[in-house]
Amino acid sequence: MFPTPIQKSSRQWQLTYQALLPFALILWLLPLIAVMLFSIKPDSDFTNGNYWGVPGSFDLFENYGKVFFDSDMPRYLWNSLLITVPTVIGTIALSSMTGFALGIYRFKGNLFLFFLFIAGNFVPFQILMVPVRDFTIDLGLYDTKTGLILFHIAFQTGFCTLFMRNFIRALPFPLIEAARVEGVSEWRIFWYVVMPLMKPAVAALAVLIFTFIWNDYFWAIVLTQGPDSQPVTAGITAFNSQFRAAYHLMSAGSIVAALPPVAMFFLMQKHFVAGLTLGAVK
Amino acid sequence: MTNAPVVPDLHPPAAKRGWYKRNEIAITPWLFLLPGILFFSAYVIIPIFQSFQVSLYRWDGLGDLSEQGQFIGLGNYRELATDRNFEISLWNNVRWLFLYLLAIPMGLAIALFLNQTVTGIRLYKSLFFFPFVISQVVVGLVFSWFYLPNDGLLAVMLGWIGIEGVNILGSPETATYGIIAAGLWPQTAYCMILYLTGLNAMDPEQIEAARLDGAKRWKMLWYIIIPQLKPATFIAFVVTIIGALRSFDLISIMTNGGPFGSTRVLSFYMFEKALAEFGFRMGYGAAIAVILFLIMLVFISYFLWSMWKDERAAR
Repeated sequence: MFPTPIQKSSRQWQLTYQALLPFALILWLLPLIAVMLFSIKPDSDFTNGNYWGVPGSFDLFENYGKVFFDSDMPRYLWNSLLITVPTVIGTIALSSMTGFALGIYRFKGNLFLFFLFIAGNFVPFQILMVPVRDFTIDLGLYDTKTGLILFHIAFQTGFCTLFMRNFIRALPFPLIEAARVEGVSEWRIFWYVVMPLMKPAVAALAVLIFTFIWNDYFWAIVLTQGPDSQPVTAGITAFNSQFRAAYHLMSAGSIVAALPPVAMFFLMQKHFVAGLTLGAVK
Repeated sequence: MTNAPVVPDLHPPAAKRGWYKRNEIAITPWLFLLPGILFFSAYVIIPIFQSFQVSLYRWDGLGDLSEQGQFIGLGNYRELATDRNFEISLWNNVRWLFLYLLAIPMGLAIALFLNQTVTGIRLYKSLFFFPFVISQVVVGLVFSWFYLPNDGLLAVMLGWIGIEGVNILGSPETATYGIIAAGLWPQTAYCMILYLTGLNAMDPEQIEAARLDGAKRWKMLWYIIIPQLKPATFIAFVVTIIGALRSFDLISIMTNGGPFGSTRVLSFYMFEKALAEFGFRMGYGAAIAVILFLIMLVFISYFLWSMWKDERAAR
C-alpha cells in the first residue's frame, strides 16, 4: 500500500491523481469553504433563503468592516494578543531552564521530575478548575489577563519541558564538557553555549504555544468574564449573541478570530510541524 | 594527573574557592528548576490534590472551604452513583474515546494519499493540515452551521439524494455523533501530519527490498510500513485519547450539552455543576473531575510507562 512514487506509475494514474487532489481538498475543506461563502454574502440573501446560491452582492468589505468597527471584536483580539504573547515568552523562559537542568545534569530525582512534568501536561483541565479558580480569586487576579497568563505559563511548562529536555539531550554533550574544562560557569554555559543552539526549539515552541493559547477556550471562560479581559475565543460567543442569526456577520467574525494562528502556521510552517511531530520519528 | 581530566575537577584546591563554586554542578540544576517547579506545583500539582479534598465537601465556592464548606465524606460520590446525567456523560465519554480513534486510520490514509512528489504537494499538505490550527470554538461554529436543519450545507446535500428533515444536533440520538465528527476533522489532520513526518523518515531501501521480494499493497502496508511508523502511531494514540477525554469546547459551542443533556461528557458536566448552574456545586463538580482524572490516569500511566521504557533503553 505504500504509494509507489507517482513518477513510476502509469500515465493514466498520474493524471487521475492530479485531478483527484483538488477534488479531495475541496471535499475536506467544505465546511470551511461554506463559512467563507457566508461571510461575503449580504444580509438579504439569508432573509430570502438564498443560503447556498450565488451571493446577491459581494459584501466582503461591509461584513468584515462591521466586525472591526461595529463590535467588541477588536478588543477581544487585542486581549488575545496581550494574553498570548506574554505566555509564549514566559513559558519559553521557564521551560528552557527546566529543560536545561533535566537534560544536562544527572542527579537524584531527575527522571521523576521529568515524568511529573509530562504527567501534569496530560491531566484533564477539570481536575484543576476549582482550585485554580480559587487561587486566582485569592490572588486578586480573577477576570484579569494576568491571572490567565500565569496559569497558562504554568500549565504549558509541562509540555515545553518535555520538548526542551529532549532537544537538549540530542545536543553534543562534549561541547558542554569542553566549556566546563575551560572553566566557564554553568550559568554562562546555559546562556552562551546551549541557548544559541536552541533556536530551532524555541521557534517551534513559540508557534505551537501561540496557537494553543490563542485557541484556548476553557480557561478563558473559567478565569475571565467580559470584554475587559476575555480573549477572542470567549468573546465570539458574545459577538454571536449580538448578531444572532446574522450568519454573514457571525461567519466573518469566526474567520477573523481564527486567522492569527492560521497566519502563524503558514508563515512558520517548518517550525510548527517540527514541534508538533517531535518524537514521531526515531 | 598532569593533564586536565575531562570530568570536571570535583576536588579542586578547596580553600581558594567559595562554597557555591565547589558545589556548582550539584546546585545549578536546582536553581534552574526552581521557577518552573514553583509555577507547576502551584497551578498543576497542588490543585490536583486540592480537588480530591474539595470533592469530599459540600461547598458553593464562597468563602473558605474549611469554614463555609461542609465535610460530607464520600457523599458526593454516593450521589454520583445514582445520577442519571452522570451515567449519560460517562457513556458519551466512551463513545468519544472509541470513535475519536478513527482519526488515526483516517490520518494514515490521507498521509499515504498525499505522500507523493508532484508540483504543489506541499501546499496541499498544509491545506489538509490546517483545520488543526483553527480553534475548536470556530470548528464548532463552522460545523453547527454545516449541520443547520434545512439550510445547512449537509441538509442541502442530503436533499440531493432524497433525504430530508435531518437535524443532527437537534436530535438526542445523533447529536453526540455529529459533535464527534466535527472533532475528528482537526484530529485527523493532526494524525495525518504525524504520519507524513513518519513516512518521510522511512528507509527507502527497505521498501525497495520488500518490493523486490514481492510485497504488495496491503501486505506491504501491514508488514513493512506500519511497523516502521510505530513511533508516530504511539504519539497519535496519546494525543487522540487525551483529546477525546478533554473534549469540552465543541460540546459547549455546538449544543451546550443538549438536546435534553444528551451530549454531555464528564468534562462538560463537571463544568456545568461547578460553575454554570445556579448555586455552584464545587464539591460535586470536583467529584466528577476526580472520576475523569482517574480514568485519564489509566492512560497516563500507560503512556508514561512506555516512555520510561524508551528512556531506559536510550541510556
